[in-house]
Amino acid sequence: MATVATTSPALGSRERVRRWASGFKERETWVAYGFIFPWFIGFSVFIAGPMIASLVLSFTDYSVIQKTNWVGTQNYRDLIHDTHVATAMKNTLVFTLLSVPLHMIVALCLALILLRIGRAAGFFRTVFYLPSMTPPVAVAILYLLLFNGSTGIVNRVLGWFGISGPFWITDPLWVKPGLALMSSWALGGTMVIYLAALRGVPQQLYEAAAMDGASAWRRFRDVTLPMISPALLFTFIIQTIYGLTEFTRVYTAFFGAGTKTNQTEAALLYAVYLFRQSFEFFHFGYASALAWLLFVVIMIITFVQMRVSKRYVFYQGDQR
Amino acid sequence: MLVRWKRMAVLTAAAAALSVVVASGFANAMPTRGVVASATTLKVYGFGPGDEIANTRADVATAAVGGSVDNPRGGFNDQQFLASVASGDVPDVVYLDRYKIAEYAAKGAFQPLTSCVKSQNVDLTQYRKAALNEVTYKGKLYALPEFSNQRTVIVDNNVVAAAGLKVSDLDTKNWGKLANANRKMLQKSGGQVTRIGFDPKLPEFFPLWVKANGADILSKDGLHAQLNTPKAVAALNFAYSLIQAHGGWGPFKAFRDTWDFFGAGNQVAKDQVGAWPMENFYYNTLAQVSPNVSITAMAFHNRKGGPITYFSGQGWAIPKGAKNPDLACTWMKTITDSPTWVKAAKVRLDAQKAKGRPFTGVYTANSKADVKIFQDIYQPMGKKQFDDAVTLLVNVGKYAFTIPASPAGAEFQQAWMDGVNRVLAGSQTPKQALDQAQKEAQAAIDKAAK
Repeated sequence: MATVATTSPALGSRERVRRWASGFKERETWVAYGFIFPWFIGFSVFIAGPMIASLVLSFTDYSVIQKTNWVGTQNYRDLIHDTHVATAMKNTLVFTLLSVPLHMIVALCLALILLRIGRAAGFFRTVFYLPSMTPPVAVAILYLLLFNGSTGIVNRVLGWFGISGPFWITDPLWVKPGLALMSSWALGGTMVIYLAALRGVPQQLYEAAAMDGASAWRRFRDVTLPMISPALLFTFIIQTIYGLTEFTRVYTAFFGAGTKTNQTEAALLYAVYLFRQSFEFFHFGYASALAWLLFVVIMIITFVQMRVSKRYVFYQGDQR
Repeated sequence: MLVRWKRMAVLTAAAAALSVVVASGFANAMPTRGVVASATTLKVYGFGPGDEIANTRADVATAAVGGSVDNPRGGFNDQQFLASVASGDVPDVVYLDRYKIAEYAAKGAFQPLTSCVKSQNVDLTQYRKAALNEVTYKGKLYALPEFSNQRTVIVDNNVVAAAGLKVSDLDTKNWGKLANANRKMLQKSGGQVTRIGFDPKLPEFFPLWVKANGADILSKDGLHAQLNTPKAVAALNFAYSLIQAHGGWGPFKAFRDTWDFFGAGNQVAKDQVGAWPMENFYYNTLAQVSPNVSITAMAFHNRKGGPITYFSGQGWAIPKGAKNPDLACTWMKTITDSPTWVKAAKVRLDAQKAKGRPFTGVYTANSKADVKIFQDIYQPMGKKQFDDAVTLLVNVGKYAFTIPASPAGAEFQQAWMDGVNRVLAGSQTPKQALDQAQKEAQAAIDKAAK
C-alpha cells in the first residue's frame, strides 16, 4: 500500500506529460500553439523579460548613468527603514479599501438600474460608459476643479444640503476619500460586466423565489448576488490590483508638473513613490525592489481573495 | 485538409519572414540614421522651437555652428534623456533646469566645460556669478547659464490702500509689521478666504524666507544640508503664520486655486491679493492681460533691510559621449552670448509693438546682455508701474542668491519641499518637519556624493 501511495503521483504526472506530448500528433494542437505563439513572444519580451531584468536590478544600484554595482539585499533592507515606503503602502491600502467597494457598489447599482430601464438602456449604457473613455490626465484635472474646497461643484452640492464640505485636496483626512470618489468616475467597464452577468441570471429562479414569498431584497441577496458572484469576484480582484497600482490620475493631480503646492504625503501612493525613486532620483535598483515588494503584496492579496472566494462564489454546475 | 494545413504553414512562414524583415529593416535603418546624424548634425535636446526669443537665438547659434541642427520639439525630460544615455545615442547639447545639472554631473553624465571655455574663449565674466555657482560642481563648470527667474514682491496698491496701509508696511524687512499688514489686508467670509493678504508662496519660496532670515538651506559646496537650523525653522514658522492667519492652508489654497492667473480677470485685476513674491515673468503677463492694474514692484528685503532675490533658471550642458562636443560648445556659447540676447530682444520688441503690446524686457543670466537690452532696446511703455518694475528687475539681479549645486539636487529639493508641505498640511510642526527633511536630504547627498 505504501509503495502504491508514493509512486502513483509520479506515474500520474508522467501520464500527464505523455498525454500532453501525444497531443502534438494532432494538427489542431499545432494550430493552437501557432495562435498562442505571437502572444507568447509578446509576453516573453514585454512582460517576463522586464520582470526578470527588474528582479536582477533589484539587487544592484543601477542608475542608467553610473556603473552598476551588485548590492545584494541592501535595497530590500533599505525598504524597511524608508519611512516613505510605509506611508505610501498605507496610503495605497487605504485608497484601495475605499475605492474598490465604492467602485463595485456604484457599478452594480447602475447595472441594476440599466437592467430595468428597458428600451432606453442602450442610450444610458453609452452615457454611463463615456466617462471611462476620458483620459486619466483629464480626470485628474477635473478632480482638482470639482473638489476645490472653495468653489468646487462637490462642495457646492453639499452646501445645498447644509453641509460644509471639507478641503478635499489639502486636508490629509479627506485626500484619499476624494481620490476614491475620483476613481469611481471610470466604472463603465465594471458596469458592463455586471450587466452581462445580471442578464445571465435565469428568470425562473426569481419566479420561484417570488412564489415562495421572497421580498425584493431577499431575491437580490439570495438569487442575484450568488448568481453574479463570479463576475463580482473577477472585478474585485481586478479593481484591487488597479487600486494597488494606481498612478496616472494621482500623479497628475498631486505630483506632476506645476503641482508643487498640491504635493501632500496623504496622496503619496506606492506607484507614485516608485516612479519618483526611479525617474526623478534615478534609483532604479531601489525602485525595482519597491516594484517586487508591491508584486508580492498583490500576489498575497489575490491569493487571499481567491481562497476566501471559495466560500462565497457560486459557479453554475459547480464547474470552475 | 492537407492543402489547408500546407497553406497555413506557408502563411505562418511568410508572416514570420515578414516580421524578421521588418525588424531587421528597423535595425538597419536606426544606426544608419544615427551615423548620418552624428556626422553632420548637431543634436540639441530640451530646447525645441519656442517664441521669438528662443527662435532668434537658435537661428544665430545655428549659423555659428555652420551645419544642420536637429532641435526637436519639447522640453527636457529625465526619462527621455536617460533612455538616450542607456542606448548610447546621447544628444550633443542639452537644455535643462540649472538645479538638475550638478546631479547629472556628479553621476558623470555631463562633461566639464573646461576645454570648451578654453578652446573657444568663452567670456565667463558676462554671466551672473550666482548663476555660474548653480552649475559649478566640485570646482568645475558643467553648464552655461541661460535665462534667469528672479523674485520680487508684487503689491496690489488698491488692496493696500483699502486696508489703510502704505506700501512700505509690506516691506519684508520687518516681519512684525508685515504680519500686521497681512491681517489687515486679508478677508474671510463664512470659513472661506475671499482675499489673501500677503502670500508667502510656500513651499516654493522657502529658500527665500530662510535667506531673508540670514541663513542658507545648503552649504556652499552643496554637500551639507542646513534645513533645520534655528533660522530656517524661524523663517518657516513666520512664513507659515502668514497662511495660518487666513484660517489655515485649506481655505488659503482653495481660494488661490480659483485665480485666473494668466487671464484678464487675474488676482490683481480683481484685487484678490495684497502682495506676494513672484518670478519676473509675471510682470509681462500683467502688462499684457491687464495693463491698467495698479501695482508696485518691490524688492524682497532681508531682515537687515538689504535687497535679495532668489535666482533660478536653465542652462546648457554637454552630455558625456556627445559626438560633436566642439559644435555643442559653439552652440551654447553663441546662444547665451550678449549680442545674441540683444538681437533676440530687438525681435521681441518689434513683435510686441506689432501686436500693440508692451515690452517688459528680457532677463537673462548674462549681466552684460541685461544692461545692453535695458539701455539700447527697452523703451519705457509710459505706464509707471511697469517701467518701475523693469528698473527694479534690472538692478535686483546684483543681489541674487542661488541654491548651490548639489549632487542630489532633485532629492534635496524634494526633501525640503515635502517638509514644508507637511507643515502646510498640519501634520508636523516646522521644527519636526525640517528635522525630518534635514535627515532625508543629508542622507541623499551623502549617498550621491559617494
